[in-house]
Amino acid sequence: MTFQQYIPIIVVGIGLIWIFIRSWRGQDVDRRIVFSFIGLTVALALIFQVMFGERATAIVRAAYDKIENLPEGSRILLSYDFDPAMAPEVHPMANSFIRHAMAKNHKLYLYSLWATGQTLLQESLTEVLEPEFPEKEYGKDWVVMGYKAGNEGVLNVIVTDIRKMYPTDVHNTSLDSLPIYDGVKSLKDFDLLISVGGGKPGVKEWVLFAGDRANVPVAGGSAAVSAPLLYPYYPRQLIGLLGGTKGAAEYESELIREYPRFADIDTPALRMMGPQTMAHVVIIAFILIGNVAYFRGKRKRRSEV
Amino acid sequence: MTAKLYTTITAITITALSLLLLLIAAPHALLAQSDAVAESPDSATTAVAQVPDLGPILITVEDFPSDAGEALIIGWEDPGYVSLPDFIEYRVTRYTDDSDNGMVIGTSVLNPEVIDGEASHSIAHSYTVAAVFPDHEVISARSEPAMAEIQWVAADKYAVIIIGIFVCAAVIFFIETAKRGKTLFLRRIAGLEAIDEAVGRATEMGRPILFVAGIQDMDDVQTLAGLTILGRVARTVAQYDSKINMPCRASLVMTAGREVIKEAYNVAGRPDAYSDDMVHYVTDEQFGFVAATNGIMVREKPATCFYLGAFFAESLILAETGNSIEAIQIAGTAMPAQLPFFVAACDYTLIGEELFAASAYLSEEPRQLGSLKGQDVGKALAMIAIVVGGISVTLAQAWDIGLFQVIESALRTAFNIQLPVR
Amino acid sequence: MKRQIPLIIIMTVGWVLMVSVFVPPFESWGEEASLFFDIIAVFAFFLGGGNLIRVHFTKINRKSEGWGFSVVTVAGFAVMLILGLFKIGGSISAPVDTAGTPFELMFRYVMSPLQATMYSLLAFYVASASYRAFRARNIEATILLIAAFVILLGRTPFGFYLTAWIPESFSILEIPNMAVWIMNSPNLAGQRAIMIGIALGVISMSLRLLLGIERSYLGGD
Repeated sequence: MTFQQYIPIIVVGIGLIWIFIRSWRGQDVDRRIVFSFIGLTVALALIFQVMFGERATAIVRAAYDKIENLPEGSRILLSYDFDPAMAPEVHPMANSFIRHAMAKNHKLYLYSLWATGQTLLQESLTEVLEPEFPEKEYGKDWVVMGYKAGNEGVLNVIVTDIRKMYPTDVHNTSLDSLPIYDGVKSLKDFDLLISVGGGKPGVKEWVLFAGDRANVPVAGGSAAVSAPLLYPYYPRQLIGLLGGTKGAAEYESELIREYPRFADIDTPALRMMGPQTMAHVVIIAFILIGNVAYFRGKRKRRSEV
Repeated sequence: MTAKLYTTITAITITALSLLLLLIAAPHALLAQSDAVAESPDSATTAVAQVPDLGPILITVEDFPSDAGEALIIGWEDPGYVSLPDFIEYRVTRYTDDSDNGMVIGTSVLNPEVIDGEASHSIAHSYTVAAVFPDHEVISARSEPAMAEIQWVAADKYAVIIIGIFVCAAVIFFIETAKRGKTLFLRRIAGLEAIDEAVGRATEMGRPILFVAGIQDMDDVQTLAGLTILGRVARTVAQYDSKINMPCRASLVMTAGREVIKEAYNVAGRPDAYSDDMVHYVTDEQFGFVAATNGIMVREKPATCFYLGAFFAESLILAETGNSIEAIQIAGTAMPAQLPFFVAACDYTLIGEELFAASAYLSEEPRQLGSLKGQDVGKALAMIAIVVGGISVTLAQAWDIGLFQVIESALRTAFNIQLPVR
Repeated sequence: MKRQIPLIIIMTVGWVLMVSVFVPPFESWGEEASLFFDIIAVFAFFLGGGNLIRVHFTKINRKSEGWGFSVVTVAGFAVMLILGLFKIGGSISAPVDTAGTPFELMFRYVMSPLQATMYSLLAFYVASASYRAFRARNIEATILLIAAFVILLGRTPFGFYLTAWIPESFSILEIPNMAVWIMNSPNLAGQRAIMIGIALGVISMSLRLLLGIERSYLGGD
């Protein structure tokens, strides 16, 4: 971290010490001070681009290791199952999966079960896949299948016969003329299925209707609010899960650490974790200060009695 | 006809009809399924010499379970055509008569099954399955004609029906028990006990009461639960000559809220004090509604705030704003994700089923109290199922004990039946 | 009569919906009944909109306290209504939210940021609610406090660094893993228990509604 990035930490630290002293002296902390602190913390962290290093937890590392350890040329399906509201949290995950798969020379099949997913998928192509991997060929190394309506009904079909639901790709090219689809008839022919999203259809539907039935491992990326509902599926039905911005940041940090070519990539999740981490620390500090004030007040009342 | 007699007759009729449906429909459904299975005779194949004769394509036609007689499942055994290099697909054709005019109803590559979603329960259909190659086809013989069967009870919902009848029967039993004068114990619910005190506080301070019946429409049972409590709150408000303000997110809730409050004022003998402006529509937009309600709270500073109904992300915003104006807050919702916010920020919180029990609790009417007791029987059933299921699965999987494997299998079957997707 | 007709409607439609779930030939009845509700709800929009205008115009006329806010409300209502109803700036046959139309621009640059602003208030309110609520008053509150610390720390890199020294065999004691365990086990168990209770409460309430025992939502007992 640079000196500039320490400025918010110093400022917030001094402020917290001041509030602690006030509480110790028995002065109450007005809620406006709490609000100002949160606003100041997040604003300073964003302005000075505070970023902390991340290490992947086991649940994120499991997803990472799966892609890392698959033999070169493995078939990975990535499904964009989210809308613009969720995109700040989960789009970085999808981009990380694309980078990792392409760096490992796997074959990438891009699907979407949400209508809005197709636009976001296109953004990933424009911002990540095409500029960073110009050597990869469409139709040979990656393919875009696009959006199909039907939610889990789509999965019920492609688990046994992809061409029945997708006779062509998003550019209306027959699958039989795409080399990437040689030997691929159904989801059973894939090595890994990944769903990124936080609603329905999403990771749960891919686990229940695709992974379980096709007996193919499933990994997921989910918004933080939906992630707890997916933990029960880990590790048997879901081999790994990225939960919220933290999960996305952990995955990005692993990529940067293990792939020098990604050292200079844009890391939105890691950038967002700075303000989030500082806000969490401030909340923890306020909880501690509140308890200190509570016990001090209790002791004072007892001694007065 | 008195309400009592009506209730009793309705309850008996429902229970009898349900049992009758089960008794009649279940064997009928099973019979229909077995009747509808039709197999093709050993089929002659129409083939050109280039394709090796791998044997007949045997077709089965079965009725689609749990439907209104609109679908049939056509299955076949692949004699090995799928693995031939130039195999394209299997194509299923439906025939309504003996002519050769058929209609292709579906294709499949690997899955040896196609669902005909346009079958009829009054017209018999026969089918052929053809293995399609670039220049030729291998067509099976036509299956025996088969008709879809109407199932009068959804087979995948037997467990739900049985449990539902059991719980409903328990509720009705305890309603009747309560009507006979038996005293039923109910634990104290602090949030409901505090209503009178909260309204009294508002009256003393000369400040209004805010009531928010959730942000869902009248089709949500939580909104109805909120409105039942509104009646009681409004009666107390009328008796104490206080003021109530009820912003609404849905127009129908506004209409219903007005009726409830108007009637409460009538019952309290204060019809003159009622005004339609007590209940007003704000907006259907979630955060627009919250912003408006927060504005009302900050400007009018109600002394008591009630949040009773379905809430989403705005729950904490409402509760914290209420906290900032130092109002007494009584909240209740059946949204598990919002309960922690209400518990943290409100003085009293009705958790889940306490919201639905409120009307019975406040009215102390025997029939309603009996329904709460019946609900507890359902809870006991859930607890037994959890304990038995947990023990069975553990013993079955850890030690392979046969009896518990049977129990586990039965429980899984009862609660997790899956049907083919149409 | 005023109460009996709604009761009859409620009971009839309620039983139709029940039957439509369990009896396949009548499945479409449930969908038809839901459509009836949708149609009524749409008509109710006029009711609500009319009430909104009446209330705010009254405030403006009387120059009651806060009447300036009412001017903003009425103006916003009128502008969006006119822009959308007459599809100003776009083709009459195109969808109302066609990109580039004033309606769509107002939605994208006014409505959406306002929605995001209200939603972001939660960040501040979570902080103030945590400060106020997480006090170690008793054993249960202390357990809640410790769980909150673990979850909050577990969602930051500090949680990882604080317990990175723990050996692999005791990795469950690492704060991030503990956070996952808390969400996955006690939290989920509690949520499921509440959901079972809620489901039974809904059954009981629904039965009271269908049998006509519960009538206070219609006004009176």
